[in-house]
Amino acid sequence: MVNLTVNLAGVELKNPVIPASGTFGYGREYAELYDLNILGSFSWKGTTGEARLGNPQPRIAEMAGGMLNAVGLQNPGINAVIEKEVPNIAKIFQGPVIANVGGFSLEEYTENCRKLNDVEQVKILEVNISCPNVHAGGKNFGCDPKAAAEVTRAVKAVTDKPVFMKLTPNVTDIAEIAKACEDAGADGLCLINTLLGMRIDLKSRKPIIANRTGGVSGPAVFPVALRMVWDVYEAVKIPIIGCGGVSSAEDAVEMMLAGATAVEVGAANLKDPYACKTIVENLPNLCERLGVTEISELTGGAHHG
Amino acid sequence: MKKSLFTLEHTRQLTEDTYELVLSGDTSAITAPGQFVNIELPGKFLRRPISICNWTEDALMLLVKVVGDGTKELVRCVPGTELDVLSGLGNGFNMDLAGEHPVLAGGGIGIAPLYGLTQRMLERRQNPTVALGFRTGKDAFYVEEFAALGCRLLIATEDGSLGVKGFVTDCIRAVPECDYVLSCGPLPMLKAVHSLPQLKDGQFSFEARMGCGFGACMGCTVPTKNGYKRVCKDGPILYKEEIVW
Repeated sequence: MVNLTVNLAGVELKNPVIPASGTFGYGREYAELYDLNILGSFSWKGTTGEARLGNPQPRIAEMAGGMLNAVGLQNPGINAVIEKEVPNIAKIFQGPVIANVGGFSLEEYTENCRKLNDVEQVKILEVNISCPNVHAGGKNFGCDPKAAAEVTRAVKAVTDKPVFMKLTPNVTDIAEIAKACEDAGADGLCLINTLLGMRIDLKSRKPIIANRTGGVSGPAVFPVALRMVWDVYEAVKIPIIGCGGVSSAEDAVEMMLAGATAVEVGAANLKDPYACKTIVENLPNLCERLGVTEISELTGGAHHG
Repeated sequence: MKKSLFTLEHTRQLTEDTYELVLSGDTSAITAPGQFVNIELPGKFLRRPISICNWTEDALMLLVKVVGDGTKELVRCVPGTELDVLSGLGNGFNMDLAGEHPVLAGGGIGIAPLYGLTQRMLERRQNPTVALGFRTGKDAFYVEEFAALGCRLLIATEDGSLGVKGFVTDCIRAVPECDYVLSCGPLPMLKAVHSLPQLKDGQFSFEARMGCGFGACMGCTVPTKNGYKRVCKDGPILYKEEIVW
């Protein structure tokens, strides 16, 4: 019998598998397919202060080993989520929910987080300072250690819930940003968000995605994410949610060995809506094969010795 | 929606770039003509959304136009190939709203979902008029199959090499009693059909670059007069009054 329980900054998850923000909506579509209660948690769609319509079409392109998206944080806004989605989530998932919070200013981040204080089921705030598909006057909080720390401090000041900062890979030294967040009081980190990329249509000679660039995700980014989780694990002591190209139980274990306490599964859900369920089901056997009885012992396992 | 394996039974080339595929498998998730399936292909990360041409309890018919690597690979699959399919996606056409004199208007590969729709409307004695448009006679396909269903059939080609010379809108103008349209085809055609004054109302099937195909990723949302809608989940059929061109 393998114990799959993991602990994220005091929040216990029955297993380390978490659908990643932006690939799982608010759970509705997947709840039609399987009982979401098998999941460790789920990270809801990045939610901003006001409703956002997102970017023009097309928003999606394909590549070998993955895809690009430029959805642009389309979401109904924090108030609508609390009024309409939270009650529905309570019906379809009884575990701890991770609220992914977007924003374009310090005030928007803090206001959104404050509004979630009374939402009992939200156990972790995942603060997205890394979306590559929105433009806030050129400012990207996740690209500058000072700005990342500033958001972390501001959010920590208005909430008692654990705060996980979601980091962008589109930086020179992600460990430096991670450390800045930790020093500013972050309870944990989630990495990576998508890598900035683009595709061009040969006939029209124009970018396929209307936004010109999009975020790259899927199996092709897995080694990049793994390396960054490794680097960040060396730099900080707070727990890491490893995210980026995870598509199988094997990937999840590898991500944990690099330093992740839990994993988020993103693009794999879009290709196979049962991807998370399959990973959860395959983890016990894989752990047994590897002689692992407590999955949490895998975290950082590749760093020792 | 259901995820299951389908087996390719046969593939038949219809024109230079268009193929008919018949697959066997569990079609129980399909509830209406105009829905689509999303097919996983080896070596491709994203599935390929393909409109359902027709279905029975255990067979699925698709018409596929080769437009890129994925569709090329799909039509090259040999009989016996097993394909991972998400079936029963999208809202589909609503036949209850079609009235006494419906016209079904299709252009190019967009005629595919109209075949199953025609068959079902005939079974329901809704007496549809079917108007199909192609670029030339050489590009035309499924004309005999539609004719065999026993519907009133009008054909237009741009060069007049088959049917009337012109567009599918010219066919619709020739049947002024038809006041409700169910339509699928290229965007300029949908737009032209949409603007025909004789049409009181109608349903239009849209295509989009999709991520998931089942409403989760927000990759294919478009603005409508009733707010943003996901082409894959809230569509692909949109209603005349809500469409924003």
